[in-house]
Amino acid sequence: MVFSPMRIPREDVRATGWTPVCAYADLLPERGVCALVGRSQIALFRTFEGRLFAVGNHDPFSGAQVLSRGIVGTRAGEPTVASPMHKQVFSLATGVCMDDPSAAVPTYPVRVAHGTVEVGVG
Amino acid sequence: MRVVVVGHGPTSSRLVETLAARGFEGRMTVLGEEPRAAYDRVALTSYLAGRSVEDLTYPVPEGVVLRLGSRVTGIDRESREVTTADGHVEPYDVLVLATGSSPFVPPVPGGELEGCFVYRTIDDLDAIREASAAATSGVVVGGGLLGLEAADALRGLGLTTHVVEMGGWLMPRQVDEGGGAVLRGHIEALGLGVHTGAGVKEIVAGPDGRVAGLVKADGETVEAQVVVFSAGVRPRDELAGPAGLEVGARGGIAVDDGMRTGDPAIYAVGECALHDGTLYGLVGPCLTMAEVAADRILGGGAVFARADPSTKLKLMGVEVAQFGAMDGALDVTFTDPVSGVYQKLFVSDDARTLLGGVCVGDATPYDTLRPFVGRDLPGVPGELLFSAGQANADLPEDAQVCSCNNVTKGRVCAAIAEDGLTDVAGIKAGTRAGTACGSCVPTLRRILAEAGVEASKALCEHFEHSRAELFDIVRVRGVTTFSQLVAEHGAGRGCEVCKPVVASILASLGNGHILDGEQAALQDTNDHFLANIQRNGTYSVVPRIPGGEITPDRLIVIGEVARDFGLYTKITGGQRIDLFGARVEQLPLIWKRLVDAGFESGHAYGKALRTVKSCVGSTWCRYGVQDAVGLAVSLELRYRGLRSPHKLKSAVSGCARECAEARGKDFGVIATERGWNLYVGGNGGFTPRHADLFAADLSTEELVRTIDRFVMFYVRTADRLQRTSAWLEQQGLDHVRKVVLEDSLGICADLDAQMERHVAAYADEWRAAIEDPEKLRRFVSFVNAPATPDPSIAFERERDQVKPVLIPLEAVRS
Repeated sequence: MVFSPMRIPREDVRATGWTPVCAYADLLPERGVCALVGRSQIALFRTFEGRLFAVGNHDPFSGAQVLSRGIVGTRAGEPTVASPMHKQVFSLATGVCMDDPSAAVPTYPVRVAHGTVEVGVG
Repeated sequence: MRVVVVGHGPTSSRLVETLAARGFEGRMTVLGEEPRAAYDRVALTSYLAGRSVEDLTYPVPEGVVLRLGSRVTGIDRESREVTTADGHVEPYDVLVLATGSSPFVPPVPGGELEGCFVYRTIDDLDAIREASAAATSGVVVGGGLLGLEAADALRGLGLTTHVVEMGGWLMPRQVDEGGGAVLRGHIEALGLGVHTGAGVKEIVAGPDGRVAGLVKADGETVEAQVVVFSAGVRPRDELAGPAGLEVGARGGIAVDDGMRTGDPAIYAVGECALHDGTLYGLVGPCLTMAEVAADRILGGGAVFARADPSTKLKLMGVEVAQFGAMDGALDVTFTDPVSGVYQKLFVSDDARTLLGGVCVGDATPYDTLRPFVGRDLPGVPGELLFSAGQANADLPEDAQVCSCNNVTKGRVCAAIAEDGLTDVAGIKAGTRAGTACGSCVPTLRRILAEAGVEASKALCEHFEHSRAELFDIVRVRGVTTFSQLVAEHGAGRGCEVCKPVVASILASLGNGHILDGEQAALQDTNDHFLANIQRNGTYSVVPRIPGGEITPDRLIVIGEVARDFGLYTKITGGQRIDLFGARVEQLPLIWKRLVDAGFESGHAYGKALRTVKSCVGSTWCRYGVQDAVGLAVSLELRYRGLRSPHKLKSAVSGCARECAEARGKDFGVIATERGWNLYVGGNGGFTPRHADLFAADLSTEELVRTIDRFVMFYVRTADRLQRTSAWLEQQGLDHVRKVVLEDSLGICADLDAQMERHVAAYADEWRAAIEDPEKLRRFVSFVNAPATPDPSIAFERERDQVKPVLIPLEAVRS
């Protein structure tokens, strides 16, 4: 598969450094993994087209660290993950819960450098 | 503008809520006599069953000033002020009296003794609960709706309970004598003593001065340490008279159609208001009064029309309903003494116009026929009672669907059309219909169906098809991947609804291990980890124990595995053992131990066959007529791993005593002297349903072939997450019988072949996972720290086992 290394620019998240977490090939399309960076649990997703997203692994509705185990899909074209606990759907791009916009999970910058996935946790 | 509301109950709460919701900009002050904010009095009994005050309390809209424990003692209409018992003076521009009513205590000697109560407020219930702790028996004076609720509460508190009703039968305001007799049978069957036509002579005290019993007019004494009076209510109109407002001869503050008293600045709503000579005690009309008054305060012209006193309720598990008139020129009655059902319709002398009805035991006619009161009946009265479920055709537009909130069918239809509503939740939010007592929800569903809303079977935004249609597409065109299916027949990249459906279809048709290739990304977390996720993100593991039969050695292995991995163990309802608290990285290690000991996956995580329960059968049981365990084991091994629209449960009983509870299963088998009876479509859970007899006295070979076809036909044609019970009702038992037993669609050979392929291709999913290094790599908590367990998971101990430490949700959301 051809993919271009990318970075999700976020003005409000200032990455002070990049932490390598796994090989790009470790990520299955439309399936998440969880990375432990410092004390933060970060859910990483690779979409069908090969784009990468990183959001907090913590499900604000159940309190459990499970979002990386949710089903990845799209809603009106926007990439999403559904909590495996009670199926609330979050935008992977913004972290906002599309079923209840009062809830959101943090998003993190993510990129691929020389085949390695790196996340920026400020 | 300053609006002051006197009283804080459900009606008062609805009034300020309506004002707030409609953008009222003035000041709202509520003066409540009780020490707590308004709560749902209709659900009062649930408080004793454990619901909290907070749960029952209505939210108070922002900006409303609430003064609790503040009893109003006088109204000064000249200066437009009210005064409270503690001397507070509150000026008003508009005053709303929502003072409700108080229980009527008949003047019987001893009625003031310690141990006598009324049943109205949370304080009353607290006092009753306290007194009941030291009591063994109780009596309720009054056999009406509230009296029976109170009796149910006493029963729930563990008291031997009696009901004493002056009238000739129970609930005389809701049912006629015949219905009362049937109701009495239900109540007595629950162990309550019922005394009708019984006056109260006196309440007598014991040596301690507290209540010891109730003496009836006929001299008989009913022992009781707790007496609850529930002999009707009286409107709280005591503020009106001294203020010069008109009060009815039998109480109640007189109001016009706009809920105004003689003073245009003063309204009265709810149980204290007397409208057109009538007092209302039901929540529905009272809430309507609140909305009318709110509209008038906002300058509108709403009017309160004489309200429909229809009632439908469930008391101690018995449905009771009454609608329209309680007499008529003609009546038609249906009674079933075995199941305790009594249904009566009152009709005009030409038997064409419905005047009213009474139901006890089964209130289906209430839902279907109440909107026809005063109109031409949609059929012959007798047939309507027998086929109440179907008599829903063509409700007129102006028929009232929700009597609690006075919503017509026309309004519901308009909301569906204009706001594009697609479900009952939307109708509730948009029209308030169905939000109070909920009895009209079945009617709302039918209106949705009539409006063609259910005609859209689209699974989700990605597929226009129903599950059954997708199944056929996949089967006929030989589709093997989600990507191909969504590219050719759908849109986007799927979601948590359609992906597991497609995963299930692909698995039903046999496409290898459910974690192979792209299929892995379609699975819900349970299927993806071949285990059941629990509330703290850990998983539970259920090995298959076919038929519930297990050797001592294997039992020991399960115990050792649980002990070594620190798992919580629990015996399931399906005769298996569930091991809780496993982290993802522990799962393969646990499976390895189990698989090595001869266990395999029990598919507790899948929409698949779960378990085939059995009784011990003829091998051991002196009553058994067939080998139930042997059959259960062979059925479980035959259908294990078969993915279906929802979970499938089964059971085999070795005789008609039915110890395996087979009639509560999707397919259940009961042994007969001559073979096996097959029952289908049973269900426990949210909507219990007894299974229907599908075929009788089958040989084992006939039985297996019949189940093969039944299950495969279900797998092909059911909707997503539709259990066999709902599917069977949708398809019709006769239709399914014809397809399965007579091959009316000519597909049986195909169904047989499909099942043979499933049986031949079965492989244990756990073994396949632990033998495949690629799959194993996914079972880690952290991709960058495979050896690290998730630090957020913690356990504490309870009853010598682990339990998850949970983070309080309030903390989680903030």
